[in-house]
Amino acid sequence: MKVSIIDTGSANLNSVRQALKRLGCDPVVSFDPQELASSDRLIFPGVGAAEAVMRGIEKRKLRDFILGTKIPLLGICLGMQVLGLDSEETDLENSGVTKTLGIVPGHVLKLDARGGRLPHMGWNTVKHGDHPLFQGIRDEAYFYFDHSYAMQLGAYTIGETSYGCAFTSALAQGSFMGVQFHPEKSGAEGARLLQNFLDNF
Amino acid sequence: MLAKRIIPCLDVRDGVVVKGVQFRNHTVMGSITDLAKRYADEGADELVFYDITASADGRRVDKSWVAKVAEVINIPFAVAGGIRSVEDAHAILANGADKISINSPALEDPTLITRLADKFGVSCVVIGIDTYKDPATGEYLVKQYTGDPDRTVTTRWKTLDWVAEVQKRGAGEITLNMMNQDGMRQGYDLEQLKLVRAICKVPLIASGGAGAMEHFLEAFRDCDCDGALAASVFHKGTIHIPDLKKYLKEQGVVIRD
Repeated sequence: MKVSIIDTGSANLNSVRQALKRLGCDPVVSFDPQELASSDRLIFPGVGAAEAVMRGIEKRKLRDFILGTKIPLLGICLGMQVLGLDSEETDLENSGVTKTLGIVPGHVLKLDARGGRLPHMGWNTVKHGDHPLFQGIRDEAYFYFDHSYAMQLGAYTIGETSYGCAFTSALAQGSFMGVQFHPEKSGAEGARLLQNFLDNF
Repeated sequence: MLAKRIIPCLDVRDGVVVKGVQFRNHTVMGSITDLAKRYADEGADELVFYDITASADGRRVDKSWVAKVAEVINIPFAVAGGIRSVEDAHAILANGADKISINSPALEDPTLITRLADKFGVSCVVIGIDTYKDPATGEYLVKQYTGDPDRTVTTRWKTLDWVAEVQKRGAGEITLNMMNQDGMRQGYDLEQLKLVRAICKVPLIASGGAGAMEHFLEAFRDCDCDGALAASVFHKGTIHIPDLKKYLKEQGVVIRD
């Protein structure tokens, strides 16, 4: 199975690569649409800020490929967020919202932590249904989070987490999936989720 | 519910894990990857690696071990020591670290905090603060270059002022190293933690002084710290992480199982 990590120019691809290696894959890291198109699975990580990730997508001419692909894709953290319509996260000098890919009809909003501290950083629980991504993972298992913005709940939500308010911590729409947490840093449960992504679609 | 974090700290010097008492007299504790793997398997929520000589020597942390750590563990980890630029930070994050922790270089040039936060997001940027209680005045003051006792200086910053300043500049988390307590195993400085907690809106990690399981409970229950960091009690086996997590859970602390 060929697994590719989409490289939008953000750091920290090595964690995802190592997590996949521990599962016995040797993932390709690429931003070449042709290379990516020949994959069986796509992993779409993102760190930093939404605008930076979108700039990376435009600069590397990845938008059309991502919008058109039928290959199962897993967005991680910001990689999940930019699947939505737009994000309240903008560069400091800008106001308004950052337009994102618009694959999933959800808005990404600043987390309303209701007095809780931001960023929402650390291990929190995910309430999930029976989506194959969570096969063999108990309900309310702990995953590692690190973010200040989150996607609102919607029909696409397959996992939800509460921090002040409830937000989408996992989503699925067709072959597009995404998790707000970092499965590559979430111990045995995270490894199981990645294995499920490789095995079940 | 967001769980409180147990964070073993591995002080790294010349490629091995060491531990000293009050930042002095270091003894070798073991190999970096062996200890990292052991703690991850035992249920540590996060790890911190401090290259304790880096800032004082004016050199960068040796990055080769960062990639090796990322190979063997599946929990988050931070790297500290001698990160002076966006480029230094990029190299460490690209090798698989989740956070970079900045201490002396942030004091030299506080604009570094903002540049790192802009580039990598605030949640990657931890500010380590070495804080010292002046026994004469009772004031909390920030120290710099604590990796080398001969170069350590007391800065012009009062701890509470610096805590406020680094948040303004984009710190995503603060690790408070309470130097009077470090290695003494008498418990964290709870009075200081409460003062800092009152003005710290980002996650706060207690560091320096843990000697018994009750000390972790005090930091979480009484001071509302987000994480508690310790070194020697874990390295020497005084406290076993699974026992600690079980104890804290029984005491009503939210802990990842």
